[in-house]
Amino acid sequence: MAEPKFAAYLCKGCGIGERIDAARTAKIAEKEGKIALVRQHEFLCSAEGVALIGSDIEQQGVTHVAIAACSRRSKTEAFQFPNVALARANLREGVIWVRPDTEEARETTQEMADDYVRMACAELKKMKLPAGSPERGCSKRILVVGGGISGLTAAVEARKTGYEVVLVEKQAQLGGWAAKLWKRVPEREPHAAPVDTGIQALIDAVTEDAGVKVYTNATLAQTSGAPGRFNATIAVESGSTAIEEIGAIVQATGFSLYDMNRLPELGAGKSPNVVDQAGLESLAREAAAKGLPIRRPSDGGEVNSVVFVQCAGQRDDTGRHLPYCSGYCCNTSIKQAMYFKDANPAVDTVVIYTDLRVPGNGEDFYRSAQKKGVTFTKGRVTGVEPSGDACKVSFRDLILDEDAAIEAADLVVLATGQVANAGVDIDNPDATDANGAKPISILNLNYRQGKDLPKLSHGFADSHFICFPYETRRTGIYAAGPVRRPMDIAQAKEDATGAVLKAIQAAENAELGRAAHPRSGDLSFPMVRLDGCTQCKRCTVECPFGAIDEDEKTYPVFNESRCRRCGTCMGACPVRVISFENYSVDTVGAQIKAVDIPDEFSEKPRILVLACENDAYPALDMAGMQRNHYSAFVRVIPVRCLGSVNSIWITDALNGGYDGVMLMGCKHGDDYQCHFVTGSALAKERMSRIDETLKTMALETERVATYEVAITDIGRLPKLIEDYARLIEKIGMSPMKGFA
Amino acid sequence: MTEVVATSQTIVVVGGGISGMTAALEAAECGRQVLLIEKTPTLGGRTALLYRYFPKLCHPTCGLEINLRRIKASRNLRVLTLAEVTKITGTRGDYSVTLKRSPRYVNENCTACGACGEAVEAAIDNPYNYGLSKMKAAYLPHAMAYPQRYVLDPSIVGTPEGAKAKAACKYGAIDLDMKQETLEIKAGAVIWATGWQPYDAAKIQPYGYDRYPNVITSVEFERLADPHGPTGGKIARPSDGKEAKNIAFIQCAGSRDENHLRHCSRICCMASLKQTQYLREAYGEAAKSTVYYIDIRAIDRFEDFYKKVLGDPGVRFVKSKPARIAEELQTRDPVVHGVDTEGYHRYATRHDLVVLAVGMEPSVKGADVPHEIVADSSGFIESAASGGFFAAGCASNALDVNRSVQSATAGALRAIQVVRKSDRVEA
Repeated sequence: MAEPKFAAYLCKGCGIGERIDAARTAKIAEKEGKIALVRQHEFLCSAEGVALIGSDIEQQGVTHVAIAACSRRSKTEAFQFPNVALARANLREGVIWVRPDTEEARETTQEMADDYVRMACAELKKMKLPAGSPERGCSKRILVVGGGISGLTAAVEARKTGYEVVLVEKQAQLGGWAAKLWKRVPEREPHAAPVDTGIQALIDAVTEDAGVKVYTNATLAQTSGAPGRFNATIAVESGSTAIEEIGAIVQATGFSLYDMNRLPELGAGKSPNVVDQAGLESLAREAAAKGLPIRRPSDGGEVNSVVFVQCAGQRDDTGRHLPYCSGYCCNTSIKQAMYFKDANPAVDTVVIYTDLRVPGNGEDFYRSAQKKGVTFTKGRVTGVEPSGDACKVSFRDLILDEDAAIEAADLVVLATGQVANAGVDIDNPDATDANGAKPISILNLNYRQGKDLPKLSHGFADSHFICFPYETRRTGIYAAGPVRRPMDIAQAKEDATGAVLKAIQAAENAELGRAAHPRSGDLSFPMVRLDGCTQCKRCTVECPFGAIDEDEKTYPVFNESRCRRCGTCMGACPVRVISFENYSVDTVGAQIKAVDIPDEFSEKPRILVLACENDAYPALDMAGMQRNHYSAFVRVIPVRCLGSVNSIWITDALNGGYDGVMLMGCKHGDDYQCHFVTGSALAKERMSRIDETLKTMALETERVATYEVAITDIGRLPKLIEDYARLIEKIGMSPMKGFA
Repeated sequence: MTEVVATSQTIVVVGGGISGMTAALEAAECGRQVLLIEKTPTLGGRTALLYRYFPKLCHPTCGLEINLRRIKASRNLRVLTLAEVTKITGTRGDYSVTLKRSPRYVNENCTACGACGEAVEAAIDNPYNYGLSKMKAAYLPHAMAYPQRYVLDPSIVGTPEGAKAKAACKYGAIDLDMKQETLEIKAGAVIWATGWQPYDAAKIQPYGYDRYPNVITSVEFERLADPHGPTGGKIARPSDGKEAKNIAFIQCAGSRDENHLRHCSRICCMASLKQTQYLREAYGEAAKSTVYYIDIRAIDRFEDFYKKVLGDPGVRFVKSKPARIAEELQTRDPVVHGVDTEGYHRYATRHDLVVLAVGMEPSVKGADVPHEIVADSSGFIESAASGGFFAAGCASNALDVNRSVQSATAGALRAIQVVRKSDRVEA
């Protein structure tokens, strides 16, 4: 690589030139920042200004550029120079816009600008251009786990996009639940009657395609590796195993029906005429095969009355059954009622429900059922008792507010819910699932952090993020279908299609050594200096994405393609041997040290703000855009995630004479908003331990404060800063000044 | 003149809301060339105007920030704002898309310094607050607007106000001579992600949205709760600015109704449940919410949120589709009339404010899509005979954000399947 050459550009536009003494700041870049080439410009983001930087890069071989202008969030595209390391000093949103334009504020505003330029220069000196992860697995094959409608859809869609597929199905046959249905709920208008499932066409498409390698009666004995270079060990019934090289994985392992035998109060197990929805489907298929109407299981008698019990063992608040709603069952009961009504309108069909949940065009399907004479009764079923070959269904009628009963139902169908087949709970491997079964691992990942995908709630492997449903904590492995969330066939197909895109993207990214969402395209990656490592295992334990394994001596083994570049490992490392080329203990440490610390008697405290770049930093920027002012004593450094904050930064800052440190990260807890899942929570925990350090330094514990901040805190943040600055004023200047 | 490079390998995504941004980004991050077309001056769409999401009560702008950062970093994605698609001809792998580009009157020199906004005095209704407030006629749509560039409202162009804006700009960014242009571009596949609009509440005559100031819609309520909305986050009623502590939330306002929208709009139950918690956040014990509903549709783990709200003593549920809303003359308090179907009691209940949980209809209804498509009777797009035209998000169905993003991701894959084929043909 060529000799690094540094240049700094100071923009005087947008009022920067009027508010600060640019000549003085430029001199600081030159003298203190030790930047050989420093230029000032009236309007740096103009085509001409950008061309000037471009020509310096081309003509003078500049490799490292510091731009002192607006925020890094502004004019991002204009200031994009390929293969050049870039640091931005935020003089607009971060300085002149948050300070009053008054004579007495002039000096402190200038100092703020000078410091940001010092910081950008210092950061730049420590930055290297990231070259992409060296771990570049190049397998592009997609492993689909599960051969139901979600898995088959995933396989077919991957093939249409030109990718090879390996499909593993536990059962002897493909098709899953969909193959057990007689018909399905329609997806398109007219939403009037049940339609063919379409499963056979999918099975045929997969089995006839040489690009799909199908293993039936097979499970995953082990999954190792990382995106682009997974190794899947597939165990087949004969006892033999096969190893497949895989680029990325779609886990479409579906659901088990909630076990109706857990519902004796609803007659389950007491009469063969009480069935679950799957039971009714098999009755319908048998009947259709014989060309006969559905008969009563107990005696083959005619069915004149059917009762559908909604939310059977669902939406339960006793703690005994499923607390959630499976979403598909209202439509399924409507469909099943139509099986009877379409064959013989004289059959009495009653759906007993509390809230009928048929979103979207399900409403038309519901209307169609009403027209066909299906009765809908708002009520809560209290008991199902067999009497002879019929059943008595007792319920509370919620409209009439009285107890009622259907005396002789020939068939009772319990709408039980979906229980995810999501493997073991990695946090609690001995926990049983909602059916009381002890789950066996599906993926059998050989990861340090457990064998399966982490679960979100109620045992489903869903994403926690509303904007990003394909966010996964195991890079390159995407859940699709009811294993992610209870859902119907239409949604499962859509979900599987989306999941395949993400799997393809993960495999392609791995080949290029790039990060996956949310730092999409980031070429930096964590590097570890093993000779300094003390094998403490903090990085391997705390990585939110299970990217780091341990070798037999408990040294960390980084799997860069699993890594999401949040830097939590860097924050965790007590001996500071983990870093990224462009984001390291040094790049931030150098900025902290670059700030000019006035002496104890100056009445100018310095407060370091480490702000999450996803939420807190934009909020500070937007506060500036709205000209919300805050203290000139803060120096803000954006961090990838609060989880990446290494406590050395805090102790260095305090030793260097800073008067306080504010850490601004995302909300943690159940509804956490941290983009890297546990980063902000870990930071909070680590900072709670810093009190001891403060005491040994004879400093007040208030000198380090952690805040939960949202991107909307545009008004709140300046107040927090002001309050903190007042608090620092009250407790006084740090006694550590001048010793560093 | 706008220059756009697009070929039969380009994926054109129409609509810059969360679905369109997602479809565009997912395709671009798979290495495909994408052109994202947005009608308004900024990306972000309707979710950028929500205060919080259900069920986490997190802020939509948080995800928007990430998506915008992805867009800024992507070399494969180009964004065209103020552009509308007027015609699409051709077939899978070989489309010709005609665009109408409206003038912004501000060019790329703009630094968003705000000088024009300060200079201009003329004000217009703020569409980002559903007209509940005014904004300057030279404006940045909102704090998260992208591109981060001002816009001049056409009403001031050719007036002294326009001249003031131009004079205030030091960077030559104001161009009052910009004209509407027509562009024709090529595309291999088109993803239609034009999203939804709230059903026109004035059409629900008995609810008096057009007559009573204290009857508002759920999307307007989002702006009232937002600290960056017209009231600075104070939940105040429009007639007199009084704090609204006793609020009626009326479900299925337009939805599930053969006279209005046949379909269920899916999101409104959860949106109202969420909004009861805004009231709780604002007024604590004094908050009183009444939810008038037919069925509460809190599907899957949303049920947890419903249970939480059920446990809130400040929230009451009445199973009823209200018959009508009247107004008390003196106080302008809305009074909700109807029958509680659980037990058949008549009620006439006074509230400070009524929030209509308005239904979702496609922004561009099927018949108005400039291409031959199959739409359902609500105007949601089902398919297109040309084979390379796909709907994503709420253009395809009444969906929540999470499901819209899933749909958009799936749409991106379908589009890639098309351009990949034309790739091969031309290689």
